[in-house]
Amino acid sequence: MEKFILKYFTLIRTLIAILVGVIISIVLIYLISKTPAYSLKQFLLGPILSKSRLANVFENASPIIFCGVAIAIAFQAKQFNVGAEGALFLSAAIGTAFAVSTHMPALPHVILILVVAGLTGAAWGWIPGVLKAKWGASELVSSLMMNYVAYFLGLYLINSHFRDKSAGFLVSLPLPKTAWLPQIIPGTRIHVGIILAVIFALLGYYFLYHTTTGYEIRTTGNNDKFARFGGINVVKVVILSQVISGMIAGFGGMTEVMGIHHRFNWQNSPGYGWDGVIVAIIGRNHPILIIFAALFLSYLRVGSQVLNLMADVPSELVAVIQAIIIILITAEAFLSQWKYKITMKQASLEEAGNESIA
Amino acid sequence: MESILQVNNITMVYPAGVIANKNVSVDVTEKTIHAIVGENGAGKSTLMKAIFGIIHPQEGDIIYKGKKVNFKNPDDAINVGIGMVHQHLMLAPDLTVAENLILGVEPRKGSLFLDTDKAVRITKEVSERYGLDVPADKKIKDLPIGVRQRVEILKALYRNAELLILDEPTAVLTPQETVILFKTLFRLKENGKTILFISHKLSEVKQLADRITVMRDARVITTEDASDVTEEEIAHLMVGRDIDTARLDPPEKMGGVRLSVKNVSYIDDENVQVLKNINFDIRAGEILGIAGVDGNGQTELIDILTGLSRPTEGSISMDGKNIAGLSPRQVRELGMSHIPEDRMENGVADTASLEENFIVDRYYKKEFSRYGKLDWKYIRKYSKELIQKFNILTQSSRTPAGSLSGGNIQKVVVARELSSDPQIIIAAQPTRGVDIGSEELIHVLLKDARDSGKAVFLISADLDEILKLSSRIIVIYNGEITAHFKDVSKVTGKDLGPYMLGVKKEEGAHGEIHS
Ligand SMILES: Nc1ncnc2c1ncn2[C@@H]1O[C@H](COP(=O)(O)OP(=O)(O)OP(=O)(O)O)[C@@H](O)[C@H]1O
Ligand SMILES: [Mg+2]
Repeated sequence: MEKFILKYFTLIRTLIAILVGVIISIVLIYLISKTPAYSLKQFLLGPILSKSRLANVFENASPIIFCGVAIAIAFQAKQFNVGAEGALFLSAAIGTAFAVSTHMPALPHVILILVVAGLTGAAWGWIPGVLKAKWGASELVSSLMMNYVAYFLGLYLINSHFRDKSAGFLVSLPLPKTAWLPQIIPGTRIHVGIILAVIFALLGYYFLYHTTTGYEIRTTGNNDKFARFGGINVVKVVILSQVISGMIAGFGGMTEVMGIHHRFNWQNSPGYGWDGVIVAIIGRNHPILIIFAALFLSYLRVGSQVLNLMADVPSELVAVIQAIIIILITAEAFLSQWKYKITMKQASLEEAGNESIA
Repeated sequence: MESILQVNNITMVYPAGVIANKNVSVDVTEKTIHAIVGENGAGKSTLMKAIFGIIHPQEGDIIYKGKKVNFKNPDDAINVGIGMVHQHLMLAPDLTVAENLILGVEPRKGSLFLDTDKAVRITKEVSERYGLDVPADKKIKDLPIGVRQRVEILKALYRNAELLILDEPTAVLTPQETVILFKTLFRLKENGKTILFISHKLSEVKQLADRITVMRDARVITTEDASDVTEEEIAHLMVGRDIDTARLDPPEKMGGVRLSVKNVSYIDDENVQVLKNINFDIRAGEILGIAGVDGNGQTELIDILTGLSRPTEGSISMDGKNIAGLSPRQVRELGMSHIPEDRMENGVADTASLEENFIVDRYYKKEFSRYGKLDWKYIRKYSKELIQKFNILTQSSRTPAGSLSGGNIQKVVVARELSSDPQIIIAAQPTRGVDIGSEELIHVLLKDARDSGKAVFLISADLDEILKLSSRIIVIYNGEITAHFKDVSKVTGKDLGPYMLGVKKEEGAHGEIHS
């Protein structure tokens, strides 16, 4: 048992952090709500009480997974590129522009649109990458600022050139049917995008931990001087990690348009890129853990919407819970005392064992 | 005399489950110099960190000046008069020497602003008083490791600690500096201070210490009066066998020139000429040693040779091919390997596993990966072999490098750099901080490399090492080669000293073989 705890300590700690966060939110609900039992049920079980809400959890998770993996790849190289939001937005806009102006059979159309979106995202990641690698400009600042550029550029493109004038609100022209991602569960909006998201997370994992380029990225992140000393082209890695990051975020944005709305309908930045940062932190930059982190975050979001709709608790509550959980997870010291005790016990057991053998 | 520090039955288990101290007890008498010796990973640094409040042992207690203490962090220890110089230096890289020195006890202008001029003045004063030379207004990150070591020592001295803990302070000092440091330590002792001191250099221990505690396998084996034991006896207590310290036989056959450095000059970012017209050759089958006080251009020279920076002028050829300006990868591909002087900065990624540390220069080669896919099974097997061959003390091949003891981290670096079948080996402080047993192993490996026709360039602050291994020796001072000893059999440290300090100079000295 103790051995098991030690081996999976970080994971267990994360789960406990989540639990503590949820318990605190339960307390909050009891304080705020006039019908606490009912509200609590809506919050915790709301998302699984109806098929459409459960579907919502998965629909929402898909772009978050994309962005989480995108962010994780840059973070693993210690590049604090938080440009996933901008890459996602602009890629979706340019991908949409491309989709509505081309005509071809479904499969090549889908693939080509994704390529265009991916390339847009890649280019968007490349800029902070080069600025950092060649001139040492902080990627945190430049990617952050580029999020605004992406937002206004995307809006300009859609609203001034590809707007659907027959619609009553500001949206792009609808995508032709050949550009839609097929739905996989009838009666919901869950589409192929979630499968793609999971595939990308698995690929991301494989890439980071089993390929030479992934090794270069992680080594550069661990100690860039060591990487350079060993012969790794650090300049290349710094740029590449951000290019890949942008590309994946780009896919995320475009699949959202192609799978859910079938047109570009964002007038505000949707925030998936920021959720990506959150799940990358919760999942400790590990793509597979990010899948679960994204599902969890998405569950919380849907739960809070239900809560807001059905009971007397504001959905802002969910922001509080998120914050608590993230603080707990990122606080290295949380539960470290506990780990110490187990280690100690375990080690003295082993020692005793060894001595009795000897 | 009274005891100043008593450590009673300390047991320290690291989170990964390593027992680093087991029932350790030490009694330190005030106004003495007390040495701790033991093999790499024996638990010496752990004990010091426990005393200084950096880590908290699960069992046992510490009594300082008759009172049981429970330091939450180093600040508590500093407040009661304990100072420590760490094995892996802990200076702020972006601050200057003066700023580091006065960190925490800053002189102020008004109450808000740092009085920089005063800080510099203090630094110069302290530096002069203790005879350790440091550039007050340079940033730490621009300094070679030996100079950083001096800063760290001065910093501890300046705080005027009652009990001064020094974890391998001499590992990168030259003999002259060590002599100066020892004089200082003796003087401190006379003035009533107590010193706890770790070193792998037994001659130093013997010379300096009043009492010696020997550790092995996380336990204290014995504590003796220094006058009761010989160096050999200490070595024997530590490793359980005798150690060979004789000089190497001269190389049997030497081949053609493998590495040739011609007219290399280097001017740094601040427009200082760090290297002036350096010339030398290294032949197949020889070890060329370069002696010099750290900070005289060695670091820059190594960087240039290994592709980490390019010379302002001049050429470097390896087996006839010009390599000046090639990338580290290209230079390594040609068969150069490099043991860096600062293992924590360049030698390892401390958060990565040993496996990942072993493959940094070869992960893309076909044994380790195919079509871009890493072969972890092979890498694991390979790593285990290196761990065994180099006697590296670690829990497993997946342990992060940073949780090994200092000497074992050094062995990880050496294992990697000597296992790539290198043609030319640039070895900077190759045995820094390793115990005498492992030092012997590394020396044998360098000799084997030499005897199989490789060329070795040895940079070391340890003159005994230079004298023991080198086939020829050049001396560097202030970026210039000041002497060349072609026959080292009768050379002693005394002969090198004046050239290292710039007191003497052979006009037009260089290390080329045809002249
Ligand atoms: N942070 C850590 N986490 C886990 N294990 C550690 C850590 N630091 C040290 N150890 C382990 O504790 C043991 C003792 O290490 P310590 O650093 O005290 O050795 P040392 O006697 O100072 O050796 P050296 O002469 O090489 O510096 C080693 O086995 C080492 O791997
Ligand atoms: Mg140590």
